[in-house]
Amino acid sequence: MVTHKTTEQASLTDTEKPVLRAKRVDVYYGNNLAVREVSLDIFQHKVIAFIGPSGCGKSTILRCFNRMNDLVPSAKVKGEITFKGKDIYAPKVDPVELRSQIGMVFQKPNPFPKSIYENIAFGARINGYKGDMDQLIEESLKKAALWDEVKDKLKQSGLALSGGQQQRLCIARAIAVAPEVILMDEPCSALDPISTLKIEELIQELKLQYTIIIVTHNMQQASRVSDYTAFYNAEATDDGDKIGYLVEYDDTETIFQSPQQQATQEYVSGRFG
Amino acid sequence: MTLDQSNKKVSLWQPNRPKSKLIELIIKIIFGSFAFVSIATTMGIVLTLIFNTVDFFKEVSFLHYLTDTKWTPLFSSANFGIFVLISATVLSSVIAIVVALPLGLLSAICLSEYATERTRKILKPILEILAGVPTVVYGYFALLFLTPLLRLPMPEWVQNIIPAWDQFIPGLQGFNSLSAGIVLGIMIMPLVASLSEDAIYAVPQSLRDGAYALGATKREVIISVVLPAALSGIVSSLILAISRAIGETMIVALAAGQNPRLGLNPFVPVMTMTAFIVQVSLGDTPAGSIAYKTIYAVGMTLFLITLVLNIFSFWFVRRFREKYD
Ligand SMILES: Nc1ncnc2c1ncn2[C@@H]1O[C@H](COP(=O)(O)OP(=O)(O)OP(=O)(O)O)[C@@H](O)[C@H]1O
Ligand SMILES: [Mg+2]
Repeated sequence: MVTHKTTEQASLTDTEKPVLRAKRVDVYYGNNLAVREVSLDIFQHKVIAFIGPSGCGKSTILRCFNRMNDLVPSAKVKGEITFKGKDIYAPKVDPVELRSQIGMVFQKPNPFPKSIYENIAFGARINGYKGDMDQLIEESLKKAALWDEVKDKLKQSGLALSGGQQQRLCIARAIAVAPEVILMDEPCSALDPISTLKIEELIQELKLQYTIIIVTHNMQQASRVSDYTAFYNAEATDDGDKIGYLVEYDDTETIFQSPQQQATQEYVSGRFG
Repeated sequence: MTLDQSNKKVSLWQPNRPKSKLIELIIKIIFGSFAFVSIATTMGIVLTLIFNTVDFFKEVSFLHYLTDTKWTPLFSSANFGIFVLISATVLSSVIAIVVALPLGLLSAICLSEYATERTRKILKPILEILAGVPTVVYGYFALLFLTPLLRLPMPEWVQNIIPAWDQFIPGLQGFNSLSAGIVLGIMIMPLVASLSEDAIYAVPQSLRDGAYALGATKREVIISVVLPAALSGIVSSLILAISRAIGETMIVALAAGQNPRLGLNPFVPVMTMTAFIVQVSLGDTPAGSIAYKTIYAVGMTLFLITLVLNIFSFWFVRRFREKYD
């Protein structure tokens, strides 16, 4: 572990303080170093895109932010990640509570085998929501741009929806818990272009209230939806393992127009590898 | 040169199409006849059951069979109230399920959700070995170990306070459906555990991840997401186990007794349907006599009950199974 004291230093680019901050984060699976020395700041109400070739550790880093890596027995995280100034890997932090503040949407839509209503009510209930459930469900579905399509069939199984609708249901489900950050791991990779477009529009809406980190393999998507872009790459070690690292992190325009690094330039222009 | 090559080709590649077609046909016939033998056997069994049952009901009225409260087919004044036997079967099976459901389900949850992959790989086969213990061993275990244990006399001072409490379970007789049911439960527990575990383990990890990502604790994930998603598999394992319990013979014949008695008192000797069939089959009942036909009627009843259970299970699984692609 690197230092544990909370860093209250002045923020780097923006005037506000970062919501999430990773400092020299290494992630191991067993004894294999998968990603090394990732440091980046994530600011409120922004969309941050993670791009990079397959296997460079985008998902791995993303899953560090809500401690989903705790569920992988072999995963080990070193370095420091702070959420609103507090170390999220400190011993007294409860990952369950952290995850209710940092939501996640997965690559493959994974609605529960329950009704649409129950899919959303579940998260609210376990987090002790005491307000009007019907209202919360309507609001969440509206925010996820799904309300009009499902308002007459809330009792129907969430699995009966189309893939794109399922993914928006998963977004609604995440929103209902009132998180501050939403992590999205390739949320559109299993969707058709129209559903993808819907979700991209949705992200633009959501960023007014939430901070969003989105992993994507789609360059256009990254440039369309994000304010900042982090480009990751992987280098091979002598014994054949690949170690991912953060190459460059800047505002999206810079990354796509005039990146500092040659590798970034090659990747975003499609001349990679 | 070209000619050479084509010659070489001819000599190296000589498929014998007619021959392989013939082999295909022979194989088809062999496999088909095996399949036919097993289907024919089943048909034969069912037909024998039906014919003898029809014969039986030529002599005994169906209404009498269903409504009489006595079962004395071997007496000169014979009574054929099947519910006497059904009550005993239901009683021992219900006790068995009460034992097997919590034990089996909890061990299934423990194995798939809490145990490490290594422990699971070791424990699961052991559990399945338990299912292979001959039932006659279970029967003697119930009769010679469990019943005496439950009938142990209470210490002096307890009896001084509560005079009626003379043995651990007062009123428990040497043959009873309580011991038989408990041991029956132990016997079917591995079946429930193993099949439920398969169902629970098959719930996709992505569902668990989805629940964890909303801030659910492990308990909440298991109770609200994993178990409902595995429900159809759990229920079908349960029904399979109930069918096993209903059809089980050795344990109940040994430990529950041979006394046809209507009622649901678990402390007294009773006679289940299977125990009756054993009793008559072992005796020297002449073929064609009414007692002989009775075992077919009882067998048919047993068969119908398990059939209905299995149809229900089939329907339930079809109705409630979730498909994840
Ligand atoms: N559960 C795990 N156990 C062991 N190694 C893992 C595990 N998950 C990921 N890895 C390894 O960590 C490295 C980074 O994987 P990760 O999934 O983070 O890549 P990614 O950038 O998200 O790739 P993709 O774009 O294909 O999703 C890979 O080499 C992968 O093999
Ligand atoms: Mg990934």
